[in-house]
Amino acid sequence: MKFKYEIEGGNFSKAGNASSAVKKILKQLNVPPATIKKLVVALYEGEVNVVAHAWNGCIYVDIDPDRIFVTIEDEGPGIPDIGQAMQEGYSTASQAVREMGFGAGMGLPNMKKNADLLNIKSEVGKGTTVEITTLLK
Amino acid sequence: MEINRLLEILEGELVCGEQFLEKEVVWGFASDLMSDVLTLDTDQLVLVTGLNNLQTIRTAEVADIECIVFVRNKKVLPPMIAIAKEHEMVLIECRYSMFGAIARLHEAGLKPVY
Repeated sequence: MKFKYEIEGGNFSKAGNASSAVKKILKQLNVPPATIKKLVVALYEGEVNVVAHAWNGCIYVDIDPDRIFVTIEDEGPGIPDIGQAMQEGYSTASQAVREMGFGAGMGLPNMKKNADLLNIKSEVGKGTTVEITTLLK
Repeated sequence: MEINRLLEILEGELVCGEQFLEKEVVWGFASDLMSDVLTLDTDQLVLVTGLNNLQTIRTAEVADIECIVFVRNKKVLPPMIAIAKEHEMVLIECRYSMFGAIARLHEAGLKPVY
């Protein structure tokens, strides 16, 4: 089962729409609530990151009986030092993003905590791809 | 405690979720930082915040939080109510500061997450 959602950079009024839609689907598929919460928290953090930092992006969700595989791809400034970005408290977020309640440098570490596998690739000036795997068995 | 009791303690204004006032909340977490809220893994939690925007509601939805108290007289905006109703949340506005609201709730038995 595959789904695709588009994300608009900078548009905070829509941030979370894709995560909400994915949550609804996983509930309908009777995925255990604790598993849904972990995946959707990681996904929402990723979605907010795209809205906060990138120009546009896409979320691809691939669900099979063994695992849920999510790819969050964006066109944006990229991350120069992924190791630094993974440290709690490190943030390059704007004041506008902070006023929305984000940008405290918790996003990527929290995604790592909630994903069974997390893979991040980034190219400065082009964009970032984040892959989240949640195991179902 | 029942959300009903919480509403009474805070002399709060119920915005939506009247049908869920008998639900129990055990834990309280106060923050204007949604990134911190997303690190929690606690059920039966009430979020106390002064941040009144859509992301507060989205964060609560993602984190399975069923009750939000908006302190400092912050007013809930109509698009927030629409999403909250869809996800069966209770939204409460109150005139107390965050400190004042937390002090009253803690005294009444609401527990801190950590």
